[in-house]
Amino acid sequence: MDPRLAAKLRILADAAKYDASCASSGAPKRSGGAKGLGSTSGMGICHAYTPDGRCVSLLKILLTNWCLYDCAYCVNRRSSNTPRARFSVEEVVTLTLEFYKRNYIEGLFLSSGVAKSPDATMEDLLRVARTLRRDHGFAGYIHLKAIPEASPWLVEQAGRWADRLSINLELPSEASLKTLAPEKSAPAIAGAMDQMRERIDEAKAEKLRFAPAGQSTQVIVGADATTDEGVLRASARLYGSYRLRRVYYSAFSPIPEPSSVLPVKPPPLRRENRLYQADWLLRFYGFSVDEIAAGGEGGMLDLDADPKLAWALKHRAAFPVDINRAPREMLLRIPGLGVKAVNRAIAARRHTRLRLADLARLTPSLKRALPFIVAADHRAPGLDRLDLRRHLVKPPEQLTLFP
Amino acid sequence: MIHVALHDGADLDGFRAAVRRLIAAGARPEEVVFASGSLFAAAPETDAPAVMLPRRVADLVRLVTCHRDPERYALLYALIWRMHSGEKHLLDVASDPLVYRLQRLAKSVRRDLHKMHAFVRFRRIETPDGERFIAWFEPENFILEATADFFITRFRSMDWAILTPIGRMRWDRTRLSYGPPASRDEAPVADPFEDGWRGYYESTFNPARVNLAATRAEMPKKYWKNLPEAAAIPEMIRNAPARVKEMIQREATRPAHRKPEKALAAMADQTPNSLDALNRIIASAPPMVEGGTRAVLGEGPLGAAIAFVGEQPGDQEDLAGRPFVGPAGQVFDKALEKAGIDRAGVYVTNAVKHFKYVQRGKRRLHQRPTAGEVKHYRWWLKAELDFVGPRVIVAMGATAVLALTGKALPVTSNRGETRFDNRAGYITVHPSHLLRLPDEAAKRREWDAFVADMRRIREIA
Repeated sequence: MDPRLAAKLRILADAAKYDASCASSGAPKRSGGAKGLGSTSGMGICHAYTPDGRCVSLLKILLTNWCLYDCAYCVNRRSSNTPRARFSVEEVVTLTLEFYKRNYIEGLFLSSGVAKSPDATMEDLLRVARTLRRDHGFAGYIHLKAIPEASPWLVEQAGRWADRLSINLELPSEASLKTLAPEKSAPAIAGAMDQMRERIDEAKAEKLRFAPAGQSTQVIVGADATTDEGVLRASARLYGSYRLRRVYYSAFSPIPEPSSVLPVKPPPLRRENRLYQADWLLRFYGFSVDEIAAGGEGGMLDLDADPKLAWALKHRAAFPVDINRAPREMLLRIPGLGVKAVNRAIAARRHTRLRLADLARLTPSLKRALPFIVAADHRAPGLDRLDLRRHLVKPPEQLTLFP
Repeated sequence: MIHVALHDGADLDGFRAAVRRLIAAGARPEEVVFASGSLFAAAPETDAPAVMLPRRVADLVRLVTCHRDPERYALLYALIWRMHSGEKHLLDVASDPLVYRLQRLAKSVRRDLHKMHAFVRFRRIETPDGERFIAWFEPENFILEATADFFITRFRSMDWAILTPIGRMRWDRTRLSYGPPASRDEAPVADPFEDGWRGYYESTFNPARVNLAATRAEMPKKYWKNLPEAAAIPEMIRNAPARVKEMIQREATRPAHRKPEKALAAMADQTPNSLDALNRIIASAPPMVEGGTRAVLGEGPLGAAIAFVGEQPGDQEDLAGRPFVGPAGQVFDKALEKAGIDRAGVYVTNAVKHFKYVQRGKRRLHQRPTAGEVKHYRWWLKAELDFVGPRVIVAMGATAVLALTGKALPVTSNRGETRFDNRAGYITVHPSHLLRLPDEAAKRREWDAFVADMRRIREIA
């Protein structure tokens, strides 16, 4: 590979890595056929994992990290002294195709700094996607970042080539956005999300192709003072009003070239983890934001206990739950039981009375569930113990940045 | 004891035939011994009747036969025997020890398949017939054949081969062939894009978040030796603490005082500032409907008192590149003339800027745009009308009404004066409606009504 291209790739991959999303799922089943290249199957594939445990599924790069915006949390803001580079459309196309042919990636996740104007940037992003699809018959996954300030007709076109579109909310409140990202506007972001939701719904009804894998967003946690409850309320609104597929939480991470308006210390990584767990409870377990918040203190989630356990410990009157009789929505509230385990338990109990040994084969985390359940040979011991929490929650370990 | 000899690897056909024979003979699981890797494996033919099994069992069998566990056939036969003897719902009982064991085997095969899809790395070589891609991979179970469909579908246009210790497969763009076990030295040792890939892998890693346990859970170490990027891991981990310390200890750098006033002002001012600029954008954008060879732009003076909005250009309009010049356009012109409106003084445009059609022989058949397509174009229509600034906007036909109101309102019951956003509006039929009427009386009546609409529009403009 041309060393100059390789050098640019390092800069523009480094500049893109603070975006947490790397999912390649949700695209319809399709393939490039005899002339084209690539396929999608609905399920994404992670082709590698970096030593931070994160999956590498898509070639995640910026078209350029030159940017006119000055968002304090971003390493690419215009006042940062970070090294800059810019790909041509053809270079991104070549990298995507050659990486794909070697089975390194599922496709492309392309974003960009706003270089000349939002429209000019969006047009460049579009050109990459269009060239891949139309000129090379590329059927792999394409995730484009939509520039919310770009003209609506450009966002419309992007959805025709991309599997997924995303606009990063970045900060959960309008006030924080104003201080930390002066060139961005909350109404512009909301407007573009709304436009995309409408188009995605209509395209589905008319069986047209428009961002079939939906839209997602990212919220940075710990760069401003918003509580976990505030973040989750913002997410619930995004899932409800704009039918987002995913909200990604990214614990604000120290960046090279930090800005002086940012907190010096990053939030504990566990906070991000707890937010993801809470997000899951919102989407798949029938919890409301109020219920999740009630498990914590002062709007913050319990860092030592997962949010479901935290809720259960404070709502012991709702337990014990009889594995052999309780309705699905109550089984979902049992700490340690996931959706899969619950489904299996419901299927199995039609034919047999479940005992503890049976349950141990349905879930790997039975220990956490024990105090909250009734089974054929078991009756929730110690639900009224004062030290139940200490019994179930691991003592907090010193979280360190240097493992 | 009944001995069943099966081929090495995943002998699905042999096992299926054996099951038919065993069930027909009423052989209980504890009387059967399966021996894999036998030189004397029986041919899979049998006269025994087929055994009907639910699809889920067939899927489970297909997966589990790929596993390396020597007990796999015996476990599968025990399951089939029990289901055949009355426990029809056995697979639903995931807590049953046998089902649990088999599901775990299936899960590990599924994971192995998934990891092979993910971790095969092709290297490119040049041959006289063009480029070829070759990979060396070491799967845990007998899954080579089971991954063939995935790689063919994904890389159908490439000439590729995957070499493994349990066999090899080659796709030559049209045919798949299998071959004997391979050794690592048969595969190429380098690829021109590998350095770039490793560079990408290193750069996308965030040293502030090292979590090797998570990495190894998903990318177990046994795969590392065949992943070119994994060679970089030890050094990435070694350097991470120093890199983070540097980031944290470094004082917030004095920002370069970049405030390029002019560029920022230019950035904020990107909306087209004239109808011509907007038209250039419309003309250069790809059509958002099927067909559509070119954009047919609106026509008429800026500041016209009346703007007429039709549906979309037709065959003639597409050829001429001008709106309302086909048969419907002629009806429209006649009605304007009758009502005393000068066409040169009004603005005429369409809700959808491209001709949507399907080709039937030599004819291009008009297709009505869908609601989604109409909305795709509404931004342009809105911007266009803002530049023209008419006193009255006339929506001709349902598509124009949809574009201007965002709602699918019936034309007949809403015909007449209305408002579109903050402008006076008028809803009437599309002139092509007059061309489609079956009898003369209706034609006469509708023509009079259309001309009456035009007269009314002239009055309110």
